[in-house]
Amino acid sequence: MSSDAGSESRIRTAAWIGLPLLAVLLAAAVVAAIAIGSTGIPWVTVVRVLAARVLPDGWIDLGGVSEADQVIIWMIRMPRVVVAALAGGALGVAGTQMQGLFRNPLAEPSVIGISQGAALGAVVTFVSGLAAAAVFWLPLFAFAGALAALATVYTIATRAGRTPVATLLLAGIALGALATAVSSLLISLSVVNWQVANEIVFWMMGGLDNRTWTHVWMCLPPLALGVLGARWYTRDLDLLLLGEETAASLGVEVERVRRVILTTAAMLTGAAVAVSGVIGFVGLIVPHMLRLVLGPSHRVLLPAAMLGGASFLILCDLLARTINPPEEIRLGIITAAFGAPFFLYLLRRQWGGYSLQ
Amino acid sequence: MSLTLDGAGLRIGPRHLVRDVSLEVAPARITALVGPNGAGKSTVLRLLAGLWRPTSGRAAIEGADLAHLPRRRLARRISFVPQETRIDIPFTVQELVMMGRHPHLGRFDAPGPADDEAVAGALARADVTHLADRLVTELSGGERRRAVIARSLATGSNVILLDEPTANLDIDHVIETLTLLRSLAASGATIAIALHDLNAVARWADVVAVLDTGRLQACGPPAEVLDDDLVASVFGVQVERITAADGSPTLIFHRQPR
Repeated sequence: MSSDAGSESRIRTAAWIGLPLLAVLLAAAVVAAIAIGSTGIPWVTVVRVLAARVLPDGWIDLGGVSEADQVIIWMIRMPRVVVAALAGGALGVAGTQMQGLFRNPLAEPSVIGISQGAALGAVVTFVSGLAAAAVFWLPLFAFAGALAALATVYTIATRAGRTPVATLLLAGIALGALATAVSSLLISLSVVNWQVANEIVFWMMGGLDNRTWTHVWMCLPPLALGVLGARWYTRDLDLLLLGEETAASLGVEVERVRRVILTTAAMLTGAAVAVSGVIGFVGLIVPHMLRLVLGPSHRVLLPAAMLGGASFLILCDLLARTINPPEEIRLGIITAAFGAPFFLYLLRRQWGGYSLQ
Repeated sequence: MSLTLDGAGLRIGPRHLVRDVSLEVAPARITALVGPNGAGKSTVLRLLAGLWRPTSGRAAIEGADLAHLPRRRLARRISFVPQETRIDIPFTVQELVMMGRHPHLGRFDAPGPADDEAVAGALARADVTHLADRLVTELSGGERRRAVIARSLATGSNVILLDEPTANLDIDHVIETLTLLRSLAASGATIAIALHDLNAVARWADVVAVLDTGRLQACGPPAEVLDDDLVASVFGVQVERITAADGSPTLIFHRQPR
């Protein structure tokens, strides 16, 4: 009997080769993004400083590394890179979940209005002053906004477990536009100073400038919860791809699984938007590329989308910082430059279909 | 294992999809549900599978009420194959069949040797071992149907319910699918199928249950049940019988004179 052959071997190969390769890519992206910038730092120095920070005291001798370089590496560039990795990873996983949930390849947080809902939540905390009161209000409201948007799109666009491309996109566009309009309205109505207004515009456009360790800690709890939830229902997501009735007949509590996946996808989107604003297409490009190489099984695809999304956003941010120094191009512009053509290509190829490849 | 419906009915709003159906689906047999469109075949099948709960009466497996069994336990005992088995996700056949192990696996478990063995056994019984590494999106209709049946077998359940398993299949794939079900029944499986092709029923089923407007009209061996009067009253057609070379009865239908 060929019990070792077949899909299991495909999944295991993907897990044992694909995931380590993606981890190496992520490590390389982190080092590159810290080394390259207005002040160039040798990559060996970057690795030494990071190692000294992570490993116990005294293991790494930092002799010869200037104080200034250490500050640039750990206090300025590292938090930005970590926020990029967390937001990218979260969007990668959330996109993968939404594509599985909607059984539709074009589902992605920013494309179907979920990120805009999260941004509205973030804007509310700023306009109301809650964001200044306590640090957790921002990710909490971003999550609430994302969840409300996702539940609405799902309710409107899905009939009998299927979500046609047209209704999904139209519902998403309408909702995204509405959320953005309300955000703009709140900004124009509230008597806020210019600095706050700038902060708000930042969410609506997306970016990673001036990220600090506070932002890292802010998005970490919802992100961890979201990833745990995604992992919890990994196999169920595979089964849902076969149709609701088949999934139910194989032991999936369809309604409950769907609610949990909706909630975790919203949590991940909210966490990403809370610290980086609306950044489009990450959850579209990354899962699609990986699915082509690793196959559709979520056991491999979800962790791969997390690693891949993290690397992708770090590298996009690196481009945003280095194309035209000292000016930064907004990160959302870079991801849209890659994402929008890719989206159009998928739309052209998949129109009317539900195929995930 | 036998499935029973006991005075089962399903009502959605003012509409009765089925009413007061009592039926036993016995092991080692193919039980076919027939009837015109809208007669309630698919509904009865879903009540038997525990996918839908009857609003009156009850559905049971070996006397145990399906309503009291959790979904995972149910999945280990009864498997259901929907009419539409078109799969547009490029899983391999082995990946697809491994999904039948879902009700046996814990949340964070990866499939182990016992699951590999169950999958290998299921692939062999459904005669798709040679297709294990192929993508389901590239299979013929008949191959895909067998792969889906293999997934049912991998659950370890010995009860398989299929909704129109031969719909949209070429004639050789129809024979391929029904031959497989025949051999599974011969090895003790409990099989129930909703089928609209009365000739296939006459040839392949051991028991036929005739439904009309949500009620059970007759139940028994096809040769006894499918008589001219019943077919005329339920389907509104006249029957001419001829005997095939192998002795099996073949029905030809004519419009009833008005």
